[in-house]
Amino acid sequence: MVRYILERLVYMFITLLLIATLTFFLMKLLPGTPLSAADKLSEEQQAIVLEKYGLNDPVPVQYFNYITGLFQGDLGLSFQFDNREVSTILLERMGPSMTLGAQALLFGTIIGMLLGLIAAIYHNGFLDYGSTFIAVVGKSIPSFVFAGILQFYLGVQWGLFPVALWEGWEYTVLPTIALAIFPIAIAARYMRTEMLEVLGSDFITTARAKGVNRFGVVFKHGLRNALIPLVTIIGPLAVSLMTGTLVIENIFSVPGIGEQFVKSINTNDYPIIMGTTLFFSFLFILIILIIDLLYGLIDPRIRLTEGD
Amino acid sequence: MENLLEVNNLHVSFDTYGGEVKAVRGVDFSVKKGETLAIVGESGSGKSVTTKALMGLIPQPPGRIKEGEILFEGKDLTKMKDKELANIRGKDIAMIFQDPMTSLNPTMKVGNQIMEGLIKHQKKSKSEARERALELLKLVGIPNPEQRIKQYPHQFSGGMRQRVVIAIALACNPKLLLADEPTTALDVTIQAQILEVMKDIQKEMDSGIVFITHDLGVVANVADRVAVMYAGKIVEIGKVDDIFYNPKHPYTWGLLGSMPSLESTEDELYAIPGSPPDLLNPPKGDAFAPRSDHAMKIDFEQEPPMFKVSDDHYAATWLLHEHAPHTEPPKSVQDRMKGMARERSEGDKV
Repeated sequence: MVRYILERLVYMFITLLLIATLTFFLMKLLPGTPLSAADKLSEEQQAIVLEKYGLNDPVPVQYFNYITGLFQGDLGLSFQFDNREVSTILLERMGPSMTLGAQALLFGTIIGMLLGLIAAIYHNGFLDYGSTFIAVVGKSIPSFVFAGILQFYLGVQWGLFPVALWEGWEYTVLPTIALAIFPIAIAARYMRTEMLEVLGSDFITTARAKGVNRFGVVFKHGLRNALIPLVTIIGPLAVSLMTGTLVIENIFSVPGIGEQFVKSINTNDYPIIMGTTLFFSFLFILIILIIDLLYGLIDPRIRLTEGD
Repeated sequence: MENLLEVNNLHVSFDTYGGEVKAVRGVDFSVKKGETLAIVGESGSGKSVTTKALMGLIPQPPGRIKEGEILFEGKDLTKMKDKELANIRGKDIAMIFQDPMTSLNPTMKVGNQIMEGLIKHQKKSKSEARERALELLKLVGIPNPEQRIKQYPHQFSGGMRQRVVIAIALACNPKLLLADEPTTALDVTIQAQILEVMKDIQKEMDSGIVFITHDLGVVANVADRVAVMYAGKIVEIGKVDDIFYNPKHPYTWGLLGSMPSLESTEDELYAIPGSPPDLLNPPKGDAFAPRSDHAMKIDFEQEPPMFKVSDDHYAATWLLHEHAPHTEPPKSVQDRMKGMARERSEGDKV
């Protein structure tokens, strides 16, 4: 097991290096320079700035310098933020995004799974249609619509939670709910479909023949067998939630990474683009590893045998 | 002796988009303590639906018990609520399922699957239940139970899994055991072992067994009495010897005739022509008539009642009516019967 994880970490490192290389060269294909017209610099001044950041070197040299820095743990300095370290900016900006994402993921999958389970248990009944309706609404209506509704009712009309900004836990409530709508819908749909399929299998009949009651059948025998597909889609979902969403962060004025990332691309802020991409990739690969380990925990047939 | 199980006029239907499928159309039989009743018939004859109905395991909807009663120790199971039934299931009536590959929960340790019923029905503590589970694994002939109890189903072979399925069914010493083709998915050597295990256990616990199969060879081996089902009805019922050496219904003749035999001199194995009727619109008269070589005019018009052949032997065919022409089973079936009788007497000598 330990060996397996170590092996995966080595692959992870190679993957990250490949992603860094690819992103670096793709980024260099972006039109324009980090210097915006608004800076009103003379050509000489521009040349000095470009020289200072090493942007006049041939691209392979720049690449080599960047990777060398990377190995020393140096992500470089941002162009647009007064020479601040990329790592500091990332840490600062990732905090709110990851908090929101993790909360939305946790809340969303738990609520969604419950909805899906209820739908499966009361198959073709009123509760099933109700929960399917919620799932369809959650999947088809974009999150900014919910965000507006939440802000208006829970924030303005009833004054339960702050409408926007980022000054404490209560500020996370509304954006978390708005973000969670999508995972709720997804989890509910997957849970319902899988559970219905599992409930139709032979071993469920065996369990019923043993005298296990309806809830015992669903929770003790069904749940674990219905989880694998859900866990599979939760990986990418987790990444997309935790890496920040431009729309939700804008609506709730959350100082997250989503907005920052888009801005850095528009301004050719190379170190920020690289840093953010690498961090997102790292997160993604890490979550995939965690999910692979979770598979084994859920389903003994996927578990690694000793010696592997 | 009093009947452990008595099924009277049982009708089970499934409501589909096409209409009502009458899977079981009025079935009567009974099982005594320590007795094995085999129910035979081809696929779709209603064997499995009948046993599932006994356990209250028919999915509702689309299925429903339309009519009739299932008396277990005098109490009608069809009138019980699901909660009451859950207390009987696994405790007094247990079921052995057909396919060992899919009948066990793949994500649960084998031991826990056996212990589950014990903890629920006999209020045993976990360690007591574990002791009993070990005993059961030994009983069904699984080596190294101490180690096996901690394993998952995928670590067992098919035959071993079927033993686990049997161990689960036997856990609470059920009074009635329903075995739905318990050996169909296994190869012949394992089949014999499993049948031995079941017989031993029956002797020990004096339980009644309903044994569903389409393998007449197995029937001869395990059953005391046999019910032959066709198109949702029992067409002939009697002691094993009655069914094998004095069959009366043309369908039973067909079944016996299509049994492979070592002595057969014919090139081709006999098969009953045609296919079973659509139970969405069951035929009027004798459902087997269109496939029977011995069908008479009345077979297409009126349903035959159960004619009494002897005290334990009944058959639903107009051939037994006093005005019917005397009809003998086809020669191939007669040869087969003689062959079986000879095999048996030779077997007794050995």
